[in-house]
Amino acid sequence: MKFLEESLVALDIEVSQPEEAIREAGKLLLNLELIEQQYIEAMVASFQKNGPYFVLAPKIALPHARPEDGVAEAAVSLIRLNEPVRFGHASNDPVQLVFALAASSSEEHLQVLQKLMQLLGDENNVSKLLSAKSYQEINQLIGGNG
Amino acid sequence: MKILCVCGLGQGTSLILKMNVETVLNQLDIEADVENTDVSSASSENPDYIITSNELAQSLENHPAKVIIVNNYFDMNEIKEALQENMNS
Repeated sequence: MKFLEESLVALDIEVSQPEEAIREAGKLLLNLELIEQQYIEAMVASFQKNGPYFVLAPKIALPHARPEDGVAEAAVSLIRLNEPVRFGHASNDPVQLVFALAASSSEEHLQVLQKLMQLLGDENNVSKLLSAKSYQEINQLIGGNG
Repeated sequence: MKILCVCGLGQGTSLILKMNVETVLNQLDIEADVENTDVSSASSENPDYIITSNELAQSLENHPAKVIIVNNYFDMNEIKEALQENMNS
């Protein structure tokens, strides 16, 4: 399991479209070979087919696809957008934090989601993620295990 | 009572919702069987309630189950209020 390690977090990324944001967040997973290229396309296709339902909370999107779309290991990456982008969600737009989830079929998938819920279930953590000036500040939020 | 949490793929989003719904049900002392699935499989299921986002609720409007909408999946208060409001009526 890889959860928001330093190489999986990128701050102040410039994008103008939701698809671009999904691809950028996916690229961080791909760089570490946690997913295959086709998983990124599957995330984008899911957005185009099912809409922005994965914008789970104000400012927060959690794009993902299925394990069979090419996942090597359960993981989450994060890109923080320089300028928030509209995904078309009625109440949670615009999005600034994009967490790409590599959904595996293993037990680790649940552990990754639980860690994510712990982090994002606390509004203070969300505002710290939005204002963090360096990866170190984010690392402290996730318990320094990145 | 059976509750189905629904998202586009049945992998991540609905699982997060399921875990938070279970927590809230525990707090409310309500016993229920909570499962998660994707929006296309939901039509062949027969739960008492479906919990999902506003975005997916439209494609479930013909489903016989009562559809409950949650906007912020991490806001336990919103989930609690949505459940209480819909289950009492």
